[in-house]
Amino acid sequence: MDDFYRDYILDHYRNPRNYGHLDRVDAKAEDLNPLCGDTISMELQVDDGKVSDVRFSGKGCAISQASASMLTEEIKGMKLEDVARLDKAVVLDNVGIGISPTRMKCAMLGLRVLKSAAIGEIAGWPDED
Amino acid sequence: MTPSLHHDVDPKATRLAADFPILQHPTSRGKRLVYLDSAATSQKPQAVIDALVEYYTRYNANIHRGVYEIAARATDAFEGARAKVAAFVNAEAPELIWTRNTTEAINLVAYSWAANNLGPGDAILTTELEHHSDLVPWQLVAENTGAQLRFIPVDERGLLVLDDLDRLLEGCKLVATSHVSNTLGTIVPLDVIIPGAHAAGALVLVDGAQGAPHLPVDVKALDVDFYAFSGHKMLGPTGIGALYGKRALLEAMPPFLAGGDMIRKVEYEKTTFNELPWKFEAGTSNIADAIGFGAAVDYLRDVGMDWVRAHERRLCTYALERLSAFEPRGLAIYGPRDPDLISGAISFNFADIHAHDLASILDIEGICVRAGHHCTMPLMNKMGWVATARASFYIYNTEADVDALADGLEKAAAVFKL
Repeated sequence: MDDFYRDYILDHYRNPRNYGHLDRVDAKAEDLNPLCGDTISMELQVDDGKVSDVRFSGKGCAISQASASMLTEEIKGMKLEDVARLDKAVVLDNVGIGISPTRMKCAMLGLRVLKSAAIGEIAGWPDED
Repeated sequence: MTPSLHHDVDPKATRLAADFPILQHPTSRGKRLVYLDSAATSQKPQAVIDALVEYYTRYNANIHRGVYEIAARATDAFEGARAKVAAFVNAEAPELIWTRNTTEAINLVAYSWAANNLGPGDAILTTELEHHSDLVPWQLVAENTGAQLRFIPVDERGLLVLDDLDRLLEGCKLVATSHVSNTLGTIVPLDVIIPGAHAAGALVLVDGAQGAPHLPVDVKALDVDFYAFSGHKMLGPTGIGALYGKRALLEAMPPFLAGGDMIRKVEYEKTTFNELPWKFEAGTSNIADAIGFGAAVDYLRDVGMDWVRAHERRLCTYALERLSAFEPRGLAIYGPRDPDLISGAISFNFADIHAHDLASILDIEGICVRAGHHCTMPLMNKMGWVATARASFYIYNTEADVDALADGLEKAAAVFKL
């Protein structure tokens, strides 16, 4: 954790990408981490089976918010079925190594909500799959 | 980095800290363990650990029924612990019922007294400061009995607003309040609330989870009707707590749980219940941990609760002084700023660092603080806080721990480039 809070993490925390709401929402989900109360909601616009636009909103720690922000940058143009199949590796690649077990749920919250939006029901915790 | 101030340390606190084995071991990163989360659970002195080991290695046996020597010894130790814990709050042993914890003690009163004595038109008065364990049981009682649930409001400083107390008490049959707020450390003015409630014809239950560990408690002087507290927050083991109740009230209340040990005579069709306090203690009790709780209050009695209060007041004063130096850089301190009005806990946030990130950075330095809603979600929502960090103190903390916290905040400021 010592070197977890790198510049790009703090940048995504303080200047989240794709933050806010869409005019046209084709799929959405929201959830909270019951341990700490962090919240994330994701809204997707889908055209021809692909994510054409995305917005997220929420409140929480740098890990949960930066992790969600980075995910939104990656999925634009991705097939909805591929979004549904994303696993924890994508988050771990984004936030890097060194995340402690007690904070893993913070990192995975955004992915869980994104997958829930893609499959239309509440997804499991990606770190428990 | 600002150098540590190294304020004078009371030698008694340093001496006491040596009694706690966990504080003698460095963290996995080789740091000194700075434990500032005693409001969640306290550390245990060697004397309490020894009492548990002694029971399990020398006289483990069930109580109240064995005729052999170690069973008699276990019964004596178990009932002796009850007498010690009762005396610690100036109660008699039959008025002191063992429970798992404060939450179970409150639920005992909710299910055995409130559910049988409240109905539509009655009111329960609690406060906006409460821990979920002194709120949710009353929500359920209100739902099941038709009684109304009311709240003594809290102001922006975290103090209760008692201006409308008389009006709030109209038609009220029970007042349930914490002794000390677990989130803000606010000491609740029981000397105002209890006489006011009694004058209005209401009983008073006090959630003493954060009171009994930190303040001298005398249930007779308070004239409180029920007082609930937990062993693990006052140097004892987890899994053991206590409910004090006035004898006449407890005698009139039906049992909470039914089974063995709480009976006098059982026939197939009916049962005569045991006398106090065993009427409320169905099944084999948590024998070892009750004995450990007894050892914990022995230790606290030797330390002296007046010293505990004075020591924590001094630590809070020093912590408020060190924390306030960070205010120009965005640190916000929540709750009363007067050390006379708080006990042992200070909540804060630092600029735009989320409390969980702050706790993670402090953890690297060996510093344990709690981050989150502290099981007071309605209070957090009312105040507009998503989460706070909380530092809480006990007898083994010293000014050096406060200095470590301040150094940790400097580290967090550097990591987050404040």
